[in-house]
Amino acid sequence: MLERIRVRLRHLSGTDIALWLISVVLVVLIVVGSYRSLTSGRYTVRQWLDFVIFGLAQGGVYALIALGYTMVYGVLQMINFAHSEVFMSGPFTAYFVANALDKAGYFDSHPIISLGIVFIVAMTVSMVVAVVLEMLAYRPLRGSPRLVPLITAIGASFFLQYTFRGLYGSGVKAYPDIAMLHGTWHIAGLNIQKTLVVVFIAAIFLLVALYTFVQKTKVGMGIRSVAEDQQAAALMGVDVDRMISMTFAVGGAGAGAAGVLYALIFKQVHFFMGFVPGIKAFTAAVLGGIGNIPGAMLGGLFLGVFESLGPSLFLEGLGVPASYQLKDAIAFTMLVLVLIFRPTGILGERIAKRA
Amino acid sequence: MRGFPWRETIRAGLLGSAVALHVSLVGMVEAFSRREIVKDVVTLGQLLLLLVVLGAGYWAAGKAAKRNKVYGIFAGLLVGLIIGLVLAALALSIKPLHLRQVFANASRGLARVLLFNKKGLAGVIKLLIVMGGGGVVAGLLELLPSKVRRPLLYALTATLTLGLLRDIFAVILPRSISRFFYTSSGLTVKGAVVLTLVWAAYFTASELWGQRVRSSLQALPPTQQKTLRWGSYLLALIILLGLPPLLGERGGYVFEVLDIVGIYIVMGLGLNIVVGFAGLLDLGYVAFFAIGAYTMAVLTTPELPAVRQYIPPMDFWEALPIALFASLLAGIILGVPVLKTRGDYLAIITLGFGEIIRLLVISDALKPILGGAQGITGVARPHLFGWTAKDPQDFFYFILAAIVIGFFISVRLKDSRLGRAWKAIREDEDVAIAMGIDHVATKLTAFATGATLAGLSGAIFSSKLFSIAPHSFNILISIYVLSLLIVGGIGSLPGVVVGAFALVGLPELLREFAEYRMLVYGAALVVMMIYRPEGLWPETLHVAEYKHRESTSSQATTASVGAGK
Amino acid sequence: MGILDIVHVTKRFGGLIAVNDVTITVEPRTIHSIIGPNGAGKTTLFNCITGFYRADEGQIIFDGEPIQYLPPDEIARMGIARTYQNIRLFSNLTVLENVLVGMHSHLHSWFIEPILGLPSYKREEAEAREEAMRLLQFVELEDKAFFLSKNLPYGEQRRLEIARALALKPKVLLLDEPTAGMNPRETEETMALIRRLRDERGITIVLIEHDMKVVMNISDIISVLDYGQKIAEGTPLEIRTNPRVIEAYLGRGAAMGLSEAA
Repeated sequence: MLERIRVRLRHLSGTDIALWLISVVLVVLIVVGSYRSLTSGRYTVRQWLDFVIFGLAQGGVYALIALGYTMVYGVLQMINFAHSEVFMSGPFTAYFVANALDKAGYFDSHPIISLGIVFIVAMTVSMVVAVVLEMLAYRPLRGSPRLVPLITAIGASFFLQYTFRGLYGSGVKAYPDIAMLHGTWHIAGLNIQKTLVVVFIAAIFLLVALYTFVQKTKVGMGIRSVAEDQQAAALMGVDVDRMISMTFAVGGAGAGAAGVLYALIFKQVHFFMGFVPGIKAFTAAVLGGIGNIPGAMLGGLFLGVFESLGPSLFLEGLGVPASYQLKDAIAFTMLVLVLIFRPTGILGERIAKRA
Repeated sequence: MRGFPWRETIRAGLLGSAVALHVSLVGMVEAFSRREIVKDVVTLGQLLLLLVVLGAGYWAAGKAAKRNKVYGIFAGLLVGLIIGLVLAALALSIKPLHLRQVFANASRGLARVLLFNKKGLAGVIKLLIVMGGGGVVAGLLELLPSKVRRPLLYALTATLTLGLLRDIFAVILPRSISRFFYTSSGLTVKGAVVLTLVWAAYFTASELWGQRVRSSLQALPPTQQKTLRWGSYLLALIILLGLPPLLGERGGYVFEVLDIVGIYIVMGLGLNIVVGFAGLLDLGYVAFFAIGAYTMAVLTTPELPAVRQYIPPMDFWEALPIALFASLLAGIILGVPVLKTRGDYLAIITLGFGEIIRLLVISDALKPILGGAQGITGVARPHLFGWTAKDPQDFFYFILAAIVIGFFISVRLKDSRLGRAWKAIREDEDVAIAMGIDHVATKLTAFATGATLAGLSGAIFSSKLFSIAPHSFNILISIYVLSLLIVGGIGSLPGVVVGAFALVGLPELLREFAEYRMLVYGAALVVMMIYRPEGLWPETLHVAEYKHRESTSSQATTASVGAGK
Repeated sequence: MGILDIVHVTKRFGGLIAVNDVTITVEPRTIHSIIGPNGAGKTTLFNCITGFYRADEGQIIFDGEPIQYLPPDEIARMGIARTYQNIRLFSNLTVLENVLVGMHSHLHSWFIEPILGLPSYKREEAEAREEAMRLLQFVELEDKAFFLSKNLPYGEQRRLEIARALALKPKVLLLDEPTAGMNPRETEETMALIRRLRDERGITIVLIEHDMKVVMNISDIISVLDYGQKIAEGTPLEIRTNPRVIEAYLGRGAAMGLSEAA
């Protein structure tokens, strides 16, 4: 044993030491920052809980987007960089429906039906965009070197972004304000914004529904068999192309729904809205072990909470001014750290061999 | 009509219609219709739609002509008519259906452009005639032998490009010549005809005798080839150096554009080492550009009291090495952890890094040092022997020097031991390691070299702009550079130049285009990856040179083996 | 002590034990074959030797030095080269460049030498090219030196892979199914080549092979793996007559095939 440690130490490379130092510094910073924030008493317990609740709602959205990343990675071993635009396309298109419904007064008279319609429109559009994207851009590239589909996906991402910018304009569109979601509910001694509750519950419901679809239905089984071993699945008579399309469809539907939830929280949509949540959701997918569907869900929730607490918890404690501006930087740092230190995620990958 | 491929033809028509609808509804057609290529004959917007018809028609005609030549023309016509009808439907429905409420660009202006400024039926008929005519032309093109078709298409492309570049040539050329070819917008009709004829003659000649000239060049002894090559490099350099005095005052705008293209060429050369040679997809490349630019700005500006308290403002030449060193160091620091991961994850990590740096620069937290969202002004300018660069023409020389440095480094490293190690890692990292290559050191060197070139580019950029702000350093810059590499041909040095002129130069010249830049880049990336992954100007092996080396070295080997025995 | 000692090596993947307490001693200047059915752990063992997998237990000693904790590139530089079951060339590099990459660890230039174009660098490169051409001549590929390696036919790709491994100047060469997919004539040529490596260059060969004719013909020693365990070891004659190998691994039909092959 001692011998082994000695030999290991002798062959410790500079990069290992650098990585180790970085992680130590980060842990120290986080601990010191958190300690100083918590003891400074600037925020009450209730405020901390508010951060957590907001984080959970946002995390639910990330989890729904992450589902698409993780499923596509599962079947094609590619990062669908354009997934963030799949996410944007649905709610951006559904805005016009929502706006029309709002003008006609349906949101006040039949709020649930109206919301349902908006969801269906958004999910359908995102689904169609995802499936067409796969058919036109990714299918011709099956089996090419890894970077080729990734570069294609990057191209597709910007193409879609600027297509929707061209179609619907570059301005920010305000989603209608829904009277039903105004105000707060009193739950377990806390006043929680109704929107956040609805978003969180809807996200969990959709996640469970999509997960059940993948686990229990025949199509879901086909998708999983393709993810497990494409050739074997093809030999067993699974229509691989169709299953890959279905994967994009399921992921697209999840992203479209996530987009509407996102629009409910932030009350607006625009053509660039997909980029940042997209990267965060990808982080969530990696965090949970890419290819691993429950992992992506947990990763999403974790990232949502982490990012919501982060600025006040670590950064303010370290005396960083205007720390809320660095919220995204925290998420990106998380992304970088996860990819460097734990690329297989916390729950482990579902993919046996990564070439 | 037995055996006519109805399904293929209609599919081509519908696909073409989808593309035509897309370019119309995102606003490209209307925006581009303001630019005339040939005065009163064709605008860029119309050309765009015609190109769609030509493409779809050509494809359909190819399928149909296999059966019967006349079928080909008919298929082209049909495709043109389908696209024309769809566009007519769009134009006529804009007003009654209030399409504008959803589609921001479905304006009356678009309807007017689509219907050739005519109303109702007259417009529809004209649209159908033009589109159908385009389809017929596509069909005819299919029938031409390729010896005729290729020079013709090249000549038309060249003429149209010259029409597009009016703003440059009308300024550079002497008045009398420029008056003959150009009007206040686009080419004159007679100019277009003359140019097409000249180009057609040129391309026909190159079609007929080009191969012979090339092979006779290749037959030259290698030393002469080498002289010839270096001679042509030298000539190009002399022309480039002579340009600013030659154009004088008129050249300001031209050099404004050339400078930007040049800055991208330097960045492109750097990223080419990282992506093209070593195969590391770096999406956060802009971070190093930003580090170079910001180091230069922070060190030389008289602003930023928080910094000036400790360091007096430097001049350009003092700050430049520090800026280069800073980006080199950043390349290494970011590289060490990043390079442990591979392939697609690396792309995302670098993207994350790029964004973190941008967010830090914008944040108020670092405002006293980096100027926050407003940025920094008063960046020092380079000076030499009492002369200070200030015009675009002056900076042109510095940028040219940076390009030469970048080229030199790339050429020298490409076929060295290090370059081979990069390429081996690009091809198969595991095997490269099994060949004893220290992959971390090798990748790190690529990363650091690329970062330093980006830093050099950034330092010149910030000095040229005099003031910098964080919005100049967003992820789109990384994507621009990546796109120009891929369009030019990844790993290919001339490809970087071609890509930079096509992807950076053109949009700078065509202001209408700027808004659709990312749209076109995105499409270009996808299309290139699917149809032409090697790029417009792929990396080539110098066959002749190799042949020569081959013969000498095999002589050498036989000699030494003989001696061994 | 041989040139390469594999001492009680075990490698697990989760619950699966791919290599189980294997001990093999490879003597210098021999051709040592490792055989066994698919999934017996042969390639895993190669990956452990070359450092791509870390052995969970046991030691790998090369030339008297333990190497099981060394990174793969360092192991390669010490003198262990390998080829792959499914040929892995640098496909967009020329044949010559492939070999030159193999010579990487014997060359010295890095960043600054080629940029300055130092005479020492130019000399080193010229010599390297010459040596690479000699290696190509050895595998009879010298007239294809400037082809892209992906454009070579299959058999030549195999030979190029061997040439690339030789460029490393290895003491031990690990060959993973070098005759897979070859026709009888090509197989014959490859066998001759492998013998020449041992006899002319003094290289120790460790060979994974499925083709029993090749194995029985060429090997000095054979080790048999089954389910990650070594079940037999000996000369071809001993292996051919070893009842455990015949019963447990080869089966009766194959055993008869073997005697015919001999």
